[in-house]
Amino acid sequence: MPDSVKSQFNIQIGNELTWNVQPLLHEIRHALRNLLETGHSSIIDLRSIPLAPGEEETILDTLGCGEVHAKLNALGPSEIYETRFAGVWLVTHFNTENDVIGRFIEITRFPGILESQREDMATSLDLLEQTLEDRPGPDETETHAETN
Amino acid sequence: MSEIEFLSWVRGPGFQIATIIFVAGIIIRLGEILLLGRKTNLAEAKGSEMRSGMRTIASRMLPPDMETFKRSTFTITAGYIFHIGLFVTIFLFAPHILLIRDIIGFGWPSLPTQIVDAIAVVSIIALLAILVHRMTDKVLRHLSGPQDYIVWFVTIAPLLTGYLAFHRLVGSPVTMLALHILSVELLMVLFPFTKLMHTFTLFLARWYNGAISGYRGVES
Amino acid sequence: MTKEISPKDRTLGEALRSQGISRRSFLKFCAATASMMALPPTMIPTIANALEKAKKPSVIWLSFQECTGCTESLTRAHSATVENLIFDSISLDYHHTLQAASGHAAEAAREAAMEENKGKYLLVVDGSIPLGNPGYSTIAGISNLDMLTDTAKGAAAIISVGSCAAFGGIPNAKPNPTGAVAVSDIIKDKDIINVPGCPPIPVVITGVLTHFLTFGTLPELDHLGRPMAFYGQSIHDRCYRRPFYDKGLFAETFDDEGARLGWCLYKLGCKGPSTYNACATTKWNGGVSFPIEAGHPCIGCSEPHFWDGGGFYRALSMPTEDISKTAVYAAAGAAAGAAAVGMMNRFKKNKTSESHEKATIDDLKK
Repeated sequence: MPDSVKSQFNIQIGNELTWNVQPLLHEIRHALRNLLETGHSSIIDLRSIPLAPGEEETILDTLGCGEVHAKLNALGPSEIYETRFAGVWLVTHFNTENDVIGRFIEITRFPGILESQREDMATSLDLLEQTLEDRPGPDETETHAETN
Repeated sequence: MSEIEFLSWVRGPGFQIATIIFVAGIIIRLGEILLLGRKTNLAEAKGSEMRSGMRTIASRMLPPDMETFKRSTFTITAGYIFHIGLFVTIFLFAPHILLIRDIIGFGWPSLPTQIVDAIAVVSIIALLAILVHRMTDKVLRHLSGPQDYIVWFVTIAPLLTGYLAFHRLVGSPVTMLALHILSVELLMVLFPFTKLMHTFTLFLARWYNGAISGYRGVES
Repeated sequence: MTKEISPKDRTLGEALRSQGISRRSFLKFCAATASMMALPPTMIPTIANALEKAKKPSVIWLSFQECTGCTESLTRAHSATVENLIFDSISLDYHHTLQAASGHAAEAAREAAMEENKGKYLLVVDGSIPLGNPGYSTIAGISNLDMLTDTAKGAAAIISVGSCAAFGGIPNAKPNPTGAVAVSDIIKDKDIINVPGCPPIPVVITGVLTHFLTFGTLPELDHLGRPMAFYGQSIHDRCYRRPFYDKGLFAETFDDEGARLGWCLYKLGCKGPSTYNACATTKWNGGVSFPIEAGHPCIGCSEPHFWDGGGFYRALSMPTEDISKTAVYAAAGAAAGAAAVGMMNRFKKNKTSESHEKATIDDLKK
């Protein structure tokens, strides 16, 4: 897993664990079964669970890396991976200073954040129409071929 | 008053008031006894008062002879358990040692917290058993008055509130901690006026018993 | 074709898009917000819908006896972070440090905003209010007390940012020379949300604003008026060094073996057990660390009167006053008292033995 996604080590590393790693992995297992059987997606906010230093690393290492890696540039970068378990995605949001502002495990066929949004598409349609209007038409230059 | 203000009060003025009453009360009561003096014994001394007195203070700490033990097994056993338990939880628990070091200027090593925790539980159980015994035994019930129950309560209250505060089991942790400190202050305030004075007078009593025996040259 | 809307009537969603922020970015922002407000991820669509339709509320920020630390905390130079975005989604109509206007123009802007948005604007206050002499702290010749009571009249709700506004803070510490009090000591007829901390964690400040924007209501508050989402847990209950406390492994000094191993800081004065804040989970500087993690005990800065809690480096189990001095004085007084009582007892004893009448044979015959 790339360093940008690995959690930062704390300065003081205790060797006491919260024992939340195993239950969390089980929760993912249940969610994946649920997705297969009913088609319902789930999201787990990794920051809502108290984890001792090093435990988040363990979870991320266990989940590993799969076939898909997407990078967003929206108000700072976001990294989206399908883990080595299909249907289990890791979504990490960073701000422009590269601080982690959110980390979610999404059990879904496709994380919602990757989908193109209606409002953005509406704005883009306006922009595309505007761009086409502004472009020189086929009558104004010789190099353009006839298009239908 | 919010709970944090309550905590600040018991850590501040509350503790001062309790200390004044505690220290002044004990000194006045002990002073009263000592200043009463003793009548001069005109008989010839057959042995040392001081040696026998000091020895008796130590020897009465130990369990008594088998006969006595058989007659009062429960009282003696439960008594040892909760007294030792009190000693451990008060004087060998890290946060308490900090408090003592602040007052008298020096401290000492503490026991691991889990051990103190376990001993606190055992002490609480022993004290509860003692109450049941006091209420069910015919003679004790007849002899017991309000003071006995009050003293029992102010002894178990710090143990119980301390345990609950540490484990944050019941209610608001800040309030429970404040109640723990308040319960100790209550104990301190009632100390000079109740049988709790035995904590200090036992030394006078045991010494005296040893002394008069030693003077006569007999074992005490 | 999207229609043109005047800036004033734009909803938050429209305002963001007009700034070139895509809806996808907006959704990322809502996800981060939900996480920050400790809401379940299932609430992200709700937050998105609510914020999309929210109108920019007018916010008037009054600064009284404060150090500006709270504003500093909120506006730390993280470009286009969650905090900045929230800031962009409100209409900050008055703020001493951030506004461009000054003098009469500034006060005029405040009064105009108050009039235009009567009953609907949010009043944010940082700093305590001196009741001793109004001259201790004035703005444009208006005393803090007058400005607060005046501005509070038309406010929808009041947010007291920082321990000074929430509880009196450092000006309120003994001996409180200015007679400093909290906002809640003066305003009794409005909803007040306390966001204490010295300073508060930035996301907590914006979290409260976001909650207001999203749900239009005040978040659930505890007995001190603090939002439960951020102040519902004590530092102690979320501290990663808790296992050391439970075992009794404490750092004795700031650089001994225990400190290096990351042991509990109770003996160094940590107020974690009696302090409620989000430091141990949300942390500071974008989740990097918090005081205990950096090796310094918690000073309890989100609690009332934390400055008078006995000292930052005195453990919770230690009294706040000088008990050894108290004990010595009590002992001295008692020694004198005992001597007096002893003398009285002796006197009584002697008198009794003097007035003792020996029984005679006649008494017995009676």
